[in-house]
Amino acid sequence: MKRTTFLNKLVIAVFSILLALVILAPPLWLFISSIADLKELLAIPLRWIPENPNFARYSGILFSSGPESEFRTIMANSLYVAFFVTVICVFLGSLAAYAFSRLRFPGKDKVLFVLLFSYMLPPIAFIIPLYQTFSRLGMLDTRGALIVTYSAILVPFVIWMMRTYFDTIPRDLEDAARIDGCTYLGTLFRVIFPLSLPGVVATLLFAFLMSWEEFFMALILTSTPQAKTIPVAIAEFSGRHSIDFGMMATGGILAALPPVFIAFVFQKYIVGGLLSGAVKG
Amino acid sequence: MPSRFRREEIRFAWFLILPSFLFIALIIFYPTIFSFVLSLFQVDLTRRAQGTPFVGFRNYAEILRSSYFWSSMGRTAYFTVVSIVLEMVLGFFIALLLNQKFRGRGILRSLLLLPWALPITVDAIMWKWIFNANYGALNALLTQTGILPAYRPWLTQGWSAMHCVIVADVWKVTPLVALLLLAGLQTIPRELYEAALVDGAGRIASLFTITVPLLLPTATVVLVLRTLDAFRVFDIVYIMTQGGPANATKVISFLAYQEAFKFLHFSKGAALSYIITMVVALFAYLYTKSMRRQIEY
Repeated sequence: MKRTTFLNKLVIAVFSILLALVILAPPLWLFISSIADLKELLAIPLRWIPENPNFARYSGILFSSGPESEFRTIMANSLYVAFFVTVICVFLGSLAAYAFSRLRFPGKDKVLFVLLFSYMLPPIAFIIPLYQTFSRLGMLDTRGALIVTYSAILVPFVIWMMRTYFDTIPRDLEDAARIDGCTYLGTLFRVIFPLSLPGVVATLLFAFLMSWEEFFMALILTSTPQAKTIPVAIAEFSGRHSIDFGMMATGGILAALPPVFIAFVFQKYIVGGLLSGAVKG
Repeated sequence: MPSRFRREEIRFAWFLILPSFLFIALIIFYPTIFSFVLSLFQVDLTRRAQGTPFVGFRNYAEILRSSYFWSSMGRTAYFTVVSIVLEMVLGFFIALLLNQKFRGRGILRSLLLLPWALPITVDAIMWKWIFNANYGALNALLTQTGILPAYRPWLTQGWSAMHCVIVADVWKVTPLVALLLLAGLQTIPRELYEAALVDGAGRIASLFTITVPLLLPTATVVLVLRTLDAFRVFDIVYIMTQGGPANATKVISFLAYQEAFKFLHFSKGAALSYIITMVVALFAYLYTKSMRRQIEY
């Protein structure tokens, strides 16, 4: 018996280390590439540990006014879009989610199904006419076009998630508040919202993350730094003929920082949200 | 059961839902319907002189008769099947590992969030850089350890390019699959295993008689979500290979994107995207059906 437990521990240890290595090595290499000199990255045989690691590329992107500063503008676009999408989604979504969770009305299930169906549609199903419409309205290459599109796609998801969280709050609390003279909306903001805060936070984070990393529609709807988002900039960077691999890696790390930070700080909420099953991979 | 809805309540419910509903109808449903209409005409910015005549289902017929469509479907199917099999098998083993009690388990589980949190575009440039033909880390690693005699152009060789794309997808998605399967594993009551042990069943036996069957519902849900996603793969292909070399990674979404936004054949692109949507819808339907059967069983 003792032998098997030792063997057991050994197997677990070996596979754990292997797993950690496979997960960590690629992003670590991306990070090293961002702080190494280009000479070292292009050396054969490759030097794995940079001789004089430096954050010059980061400071170039974040503080200089040279050509690198374009990436800063693009990061600002991404933040701007993700922020407004989150605000719009949480506002519209929580109102609708309240209705689906608490009110009785005919056709409720059908409307909910139609909303979910819209979330299942692949973007390619509607992007061509949307592109033509935005083009006609002169809205191509604006952040507004992205905000509107992303919000419409994410609202059904937000409704679905929030409804699940609202459902977990006992009705008695609300009834008590209503007896005390609270209106419907009053109970939403004074009772349900505060009590389902973890759920609201999780939903908010997902909406933020999804608009931060969306690529396909941003690629089609934007083209210049006035509206382009980080994923598009990264794709362009890697498509150039003479790539500055160090700069590309730096852009990648900067793009990854906010979501990775959010994922680890709000780990509990995120995993809970993932497990609720409504999240796309 | 109250048979009458209160009027005030109904009106208030619609007041709350209508903004979202109208918004979605305008931005998603209207263009989706219009996309179908578009696919029945010939709207082609490269052939403006011919106008935009109504052509019925000719776009569809042309696509379904073409060899490039079917070979692209084949590649998409290959990508979908291989990446999902790898993700499910590896994810299952990782979930089994994390379901054991050992020191450092919590850290390992948090670590699984890293690939999930990394934006897919970052995942793509990261692997593109690792697979780089002249300076890539994979080439350096393999030659420095003596496994390969010389550097190889991984992403520009037909046979390996598709597998590089699959690696990028598997690395990003397997941890999520593992987390979801782990949650499924944790719902299986420990008493079942103890009872099996008492009955003299070995570990392998209880794996196949308890773990696998009880995990099946969770696994099916994961499979649905992954199939729907993998079939529509676009981002990593666009960044890593642009469908190349010689179309070796030109999956169906990339084909539709190219038709519409590179060649500006809007109608053909719309027809293609409708075919994709139909296939996705069919998958979704088949899976929900099979899931329902399982629940009945």
